Amino acid sequence: MAKIIVITSGKGGVGKTTTSASFATGLALRGHKTVVIDFDIGLRNLDLILGCERRVVYDFVNVVQGEATLHQALIKDKNCDNLFILAASQTKDKEALTQEGVGLVIEDLSKDFDYIVCDSPAGIERGAFLALYFADEAIVVTNPEVSSVRDSDRILGLLASKSKRAVEGQDKINARLLITRYNPARVESGEMLSITDIEDILRIPVVGVIPESTDVLQASNTGTPAISLKGTDVSEAYCDVVSRFLGENKPLRFTQADKKGIFKRIFGGAR
Amino acid sequence: MSLLDVLFGRKKATANVAKERLQIILAHERATHDTNVFNDSPSWLPLLQQELVEVIAKYIKIDKEDLKVNLEKRDNLELLEINVTLPDSIEQ
Repeated sequence: MAKIIVITSGKGGVGKTTTSASFATGLALRGHKTVVIDFDIGLRNLDLILGCERRVVYDFVNVVQGEATLHQALIKDKNCDNLFILAASQTKDKEALTQEGVGLVIEDLSKDFDYIVCDSPAGIERGAFLALYFADEAIVVTNPEVSSVRDSDRILGLLASKSKRAVEGQDKINARLLITRYNPARVESGEMLSITDIEDILRIPVVGVIPESTDVLQASNTGTPAISLKGTDVSEAYCDVVSRFLGENKPLRFTQADKKGIFKRIFGGAR
Repeated sequence: MSLLDVLFGRKKATANVAKERLQIILAHERATHDTNVFNDSPSWLPLLQQELVEVIAKYIKIDKEDLKVNLEKRDNLELLEINVTLPDSIEQ
């Protein structure tokens, strides 16, 4: 049986798709057979972030509606043998997904895969609901910023009340916090909410902190998941997230500001 | 901001303001959102609604839907709201 993980946030633009791509790639690189599903019907983007946009023939909605088989719709990642992508439909409307249909697809995928990563759309409408409904685990992506934290709290409420596990009275979804676009220097100067602040407010454990970085744009420009940009802080931070998710004990990194030397202070850093 | 702050381009520390504002608004929202686990409306609420309708219906002709009962939690006080929509003309 596969473990189902939803990557969710409520607010848009906080890094759900970036995280889904890197997290799924990370699991696959560790030898786990992984599929990542884009639930953002009508606004598909996971294919672009993973660099497989020109290989999408059939999508998630085609499979749910019986127009294609799973085998036809799953796209094998070009760099990683254990990773498969199920793209969202770009043409169908978001009502095309039914709870029953999605349930059947997930049940089918569970037979072949170790992990099913569900990339949720923003908002709290149908797509977001279906992405979280079947989840065993949740990674709530949050920026250190008021509107993102508030929306994450709302999503945590939904996970605890509207998911399959909640409705059927099973053990609750294991929800963990991933803070993205974290800027330690701004936190130290008191301009930005800290990890502890966000933990205090949302009251769930942290699975990782991704530093704010120009590398994320470089990654999406080229259709490479950020975790594959070897040697960058972002890549290392995502590797740590995968390790922690798999139960390893890794201390947080990239959460302290660099001590700037006098020359950097005067002339500015390269980054 | 002091003159030194202006000269050295120091910014105001606003993170604590953000944290405080979030704690206040979320405490309120957690208590009121229907999707939230913290809002388990008590089981006697439908019964109260039904009995109130029965009592009022003795005097004024109203339907079950005309009376709404809602319990809200705000910080440490609970607010019971009863809303009755009366018919256009009240007949005996």
